Amino acid sequence: MSNVISLDSIFGLGELAPPAAMPAAPEAASGCSSSSCGSSDGPADMDPAVWEKVKNHPCYSEEAHHYFARMHVAVAPACNIQCNYCNRKYDCSNESRPGVVSEKLTPDQAIKKILAVAQEIPQLSVIGIAGPGDSLAANGRNTFATFEMLQKKAPDLKLCLSTNGLALPDHVDTIAQYNIDHVTITINMVDPEVGAQIYPWIFYKHKRWTGLDAAKILHEQQMLGLEMLTSRGILVKVNSVMIPGVNDDHLLEVNKAVKSRGAFLHNIMPLISDPAHGTYFGLNGQRGPTAQELKVVQDACEGGAKLMRHCRQCRADAVGLLGEDRGEEFTAEKIEAMGAIDYDDEARRSYREHVEAERAGRHASKAAAQADVRDSVGTAVDPILIAVATKGGERINEHFGHAKEFQIYEVGPNGAKFVGHRRVDQYCEGGSGDVDTLDGVLAAINDCTAVFVAKIGGCPSKSLADAGIEPVDRFAFDYIEESALAYFKDYAERLGQGAVQSRAGQDAVIRTGALTARRA
Amino acid sequence: MAYKIKSAECTVCGACEAECPNVAISLKKGTYVIDPAKCTECQGQFDSPQCAAVCPADCCVPA
Repeated sequence: MSNVISLDSIFGLGELAPPAAMPAAPEAASGCSSSSCGSSDGPADMDPAVWEKVKNHPCYSEEAHHYFARMHVAVAPACNIQCNYCNRKYDCSNESRPGVVSEKLTPDQAIKKILAVAQEIPQLSVIGIAGPGDSLAANGRNTFATFEMLQKKAPDLKLCLSTNGLALPDHVDTIAQYNIDHVTITINMVDPEVGAQIYPWIFYKHKRWTGLDAAKILHEQQMLGLEMLTSRGILVKVNSVMIPGVNDDHLLEVNKAVKSRGAFLHNIMPLISDPAHGTYFGLNGQRGPTAQELKVVQDACEGGAKLMRHCRQCRADAVGLLGEDRGEEFTAEKIEAMGAIDYDDEARRSYREHVEAERAGRHASKAAAQADVRDSVGTAVDPILIAVATKGGERINEHFGHAKEFQIYEVGPNGAKFVGHRRVDQYCEGGSGDVDTLDGVLAAINDCTAVFVAKIGGCPSKSLADAGIEPVDRFAFDYIEESALAYFKDYAERLGQGAVQSRAGQDAVIRTGALTARRA
Repeated sequence: MAYKIKSAECTVCGACEAECPNVAISLKKGTYVIDPAKCTECQGQFDSPQCAAVCPADCCVPA
């Protein structure tokens, strides 16, 4: 099996040399790699100890998600609650959403799969257990058995789990014992009246509870578990599913409640609702939010618990960088055929050192670009959204037609920041473009002023321009944020001359369908 | 007096196996089954049969 995401591809289609800061080989680093001795500072507003924990975790650091890969192992099929947005009977390998998985694994199978993936993907930094049920249901037996073995067999990988929180207070000691540094709790409400519309039942203390009783118990357990974890210094991310008409306005209350209990990050995700999934919400016509509805709620929560916007709502057996899923390369059958696999962290170690070295320069160059815009544009121009075709490394390095998602950046006088992503069908397959697919892409990025690509054909380029979205390939292979700031400076000038129009007020469609393992 | 698992509807999640106080549930040929000799329907142990209370597919039923 070839190493499909090679380091070269991270540097941009293999056409660019690694940055000059590429560190020497690990053996030359004389025990203390230069990078881990404090050369790369985290964001100014983050405790250095916390930065140390999150900097290589793609789900806890937006920056890390451009560089690092995660892997979920599906060892926990049992669940202790029923959610109206979940139906675990349905599995399609082309389907990407939480709670779905193609193969359930025993802890032994999981360890072998992890070692196999770690050999193939040097970007791998995190192993998570996210179900497909609840990682702590059935007493968390498989979850902890897996982590216990993994800690011994591959100590460089971070451990992480996600849970609905119902059984969490019972397991906080064990979580701390296995050095599980990152826990995600799905909290959709802090008011049982709202909860009763989301959870038909829970199983707690040997009994099935329904209605308000169920929601009240779940809420109390979630808050208690959250407090117990944060008081021990374990980082907690809170996931919330935004369900229009049910908890959309309420999420502001959720944000405040989890912030006051020490949650590190709040991730507000759109409801995935499709009748074909057979969920209660799907079958009863409950819709998900539009892109702008989601952004409005996320923006309103900004200033509370830190917002996460780069979540891809991935499967419980996802493998790879967040925007991709390479699970099909690592099926049980293929792993069985690989024979014995040894632990060897050398490739991962040198990759991490490379990222560390690149980062130090990145922080300085972003700050300089931002200062330039602030000085030359002033604060009178409203921010704009830009869609970016990228395959990672914070660079514009994907062809328009090959993109399976676009990353969305908001850029304005106060800088450029990642605010989301939009999944699309690949426009170009086998060399020719498809008109229907192009319409889908246009709908997905309709609120954007421009789309940054490494390359784009004449035909889609014209369609984009006709729709009022400017295709931009002049920043090919450059860094996203610096390019976005340079573009914004130019845009502000053209706006002043009346040469372009603002796209304020436009909305876009969130597509919640397939994210397949197939690569361009 | 015992419960059984409707295998066509079972998602093989194993939640029932973990809850059964009588260790009556096991995985046989890829599907969970209840040993009727061990099943007590949880009488005298809990308010209701634990497998039925936890099952997400509601497929644990009286035999």
